[in-house]
Amino acid sequence: MINQVEVKNVYKNFGDVKAVDGVSLEISQGQFFSLLGPSGCGKTTLLRLIAGFEMPNSGDILIDNKSMDGIAPNLRPTNMVFQNYAIFPHLNVAENVAYGLRKKRLSKDEKLEMINKSLELVGLSGLNNRSSNALSGGQKQRVALARALILKPKVLLLDEPLSALDKKLREQMQSELRHLQRVVGITFILVTHDQEEALTMSDKVAVMFDGKVEQIASPRELYERPSSKRVASFIGTMNFIDAIGSKSGEKIKVENRILGKFELPQNQVSGNHVNNKLTLGIRPELISINPRKSKSADFIEGEIEEISYLGETTYYKIICGKDIEPLNVLTQNSFGQMNYKVGEKVKLNIDKDNIVGFSG
Amino acid sequence: MKFTFNNDTKKGWRLLSIPFIFSLLLLAAPLTMMFLLSFWTQDYLTLDKTFTFKNYIEAATQPVYKLLFTRSLIISLTATFFTVLLAFPMAYFISFHGGERKALWLFLITIPFWTSYLIRMFLWKVILGYNGVLNSFLIWLEMITEPLTFLLYNANAVVLALTHGWAPFAILPIFVSLEKIDRSLLEASTDLGDSAIDQFFRIILPLSAPGVIGAALIIFIPTVGDYITPKLVGGTDGLMIANMIQVQFSKANNAPLAAALSVSSLMIVSFISIVFVLFNRKYLRRY
Repeated sequence: MINQVEVKNVYKNFGDVKAVDGVSLEISQGQFFSLLGPSGCGKTTLLRLIAGFEMPNSGDILIDNKSMDGIAPNLRPTNMVFQNYAIFPHLNVAENVAYGLRKKRLSKDEKLEMINKSLELVGLSGLNNRSSNALSGGQKQRVALARALILKPKVLLLDEPLSALDKKLREQMQSELRHLQRVVGITFILVTHDQEEALTMSDKVAVMFDGKVEQIASPRELYERPSSKRVASFIGTMNFIDAIGSKSGEKIKVENRILGKFELPQNQVSGNHVNNKLTLGIRPELISINPRKSKSADFIEGEIEEISYLGETTYYKIICGKDIEPLNVLTQNSFGQMNYKVGEKVKLNIDKDNIVGFSG
Repeated sequence: MKFTFNNDTKKGWRLLSIPFIFSLLLLAAPLTMMFLLSFWTQDYLTLDKTFTFKNYIEAATQPVYKLLFTRSLIISLTATFFTVLLAFPMAYFISFHGGERKALWLFLITIPFWTSYLIRMFLWKVILGYNGVLNSFLIWLEMITEPLTFLLYNANAVVLALTHGWAPFAILPIFVSLEKIDRSLLEASTDLGDSAIDQFFRIILPLSAPGVIGAALIIFIPTVGDYITPKLVGGTDGLMIANMIQVQFSKANNAPLAAALSVSSLMIVSFISIVFVLFNRKYLRRY
């Protein structure tokens, strides 16, 4: 695949704050790429560096192999959807959408056709003359998208575009955005702090902490094989258990008082040196409660401390001993299923094949 | 329709009553008296209270009044134009480049108000006069040998003094409207391909229009009726309608005619102000 955007060792400081601290990444053409991280991790700054609103202290950003060094935002092949949409209040919907077309020498009819096409694309057909103040949050969002897409940018930048919408609309817009991206085939770079949003929409996600990229991976890989404890705990819920690990050929031998002895493939254990200490990460859905076909002795005794019923799933907090944190367990609900009570003693079975380890 | 007063409404009326009575006594009552007076006539020492349009006919037909009305409007509109034109860059600078010193800049702008308006206007005499600051300076520079006489006592001097005197009143509303512009709109316009100049005309100017119109009205309305400035620096060429009204009230002892002139000028100013507002309703309505 061709690299559309290439960020090469970019640094950006604001005073003493290192907002972007040596980031390098490559985004291929037509990809839906997300920058995910907690607030203040530098993801928005990185997006603004790509857009040209900020200039890096050092490093370079290439779009289509062309250096963007010193190129003003209005001359870059990027367009942005702003967090608060930035709809021009003195212009109506059509005028907003056509805002960037002025310099392209087009006839009135051509313009109108383009406006109608892009409004149709975002599902706002016929709202051409609507005042921008009469738009709902979701509609403003769509106008902002149409306004950016009409210019056919090489890269569309989205700065937390869904954060101001309510949950239902946000979920709807997530799938619409994903669909839209496939239709137009433009490279999308999305900034978000919402891990669910990043996972559902993206082809690839870069997780950022403190100005640095911690991991770049597909959503599935990110969830199942997080490269560090930080990534693991930022994305979804992860149970952490301390263990002892040692290298033995292609595998890592793991030993823990509760889990016993078992082996993990090398690629499931991250960190450079595997000496003794190892932290195991177990996703809540890898643990099952009172399994029907339990492999004889291979279970852990526990006591239910807390239950949160979430509709299709139920979360349990289960105490398995004084020296480890209570385990988070997630079960799918089905009708007529056993109901557990707080304080009930249960047997847990852990799918050890998908445990990940973090060392160093 | 039946009105019922709940406690909040009563409270509201009570709170409103004092300023309401105040403005009734000091604003509505004198205006009404002035309005009535304009339909009466002065008969040497007594006031003839028969209803007549005589004063208005005189105000409309006598060339001197027409001249004074036109001149007042031209001077005032010119002063308004220049004040707003000069105030805009200042307000723009404070709003966009004031940084953390915005408050200090605004404070500096209010400093002229520490001196009375009368003194500020009088000082233009000192600056522009025959042996004034400007002439002495030019002579000292040997750029001229004789003092310039066209500086003072004409309409230009009035425009100059008014522009100076009213500048802060224009800067503040324009500043406020510029402050209100969401900065992400500017980034969006840049992102969509606008150069700095495009952005100024397509985003900043239209969005600050309410402030500009506000500033224009704030300056235009009082300056039409200004009488100190033309009296001090206007000479005979710079006299305005308010000077005539003052003469009619005092020396000429023709209060009804003065009242008619006042009411007429009130009407003209209101009319032009409404035109101002309607002309820019497109922008004002959106906020």
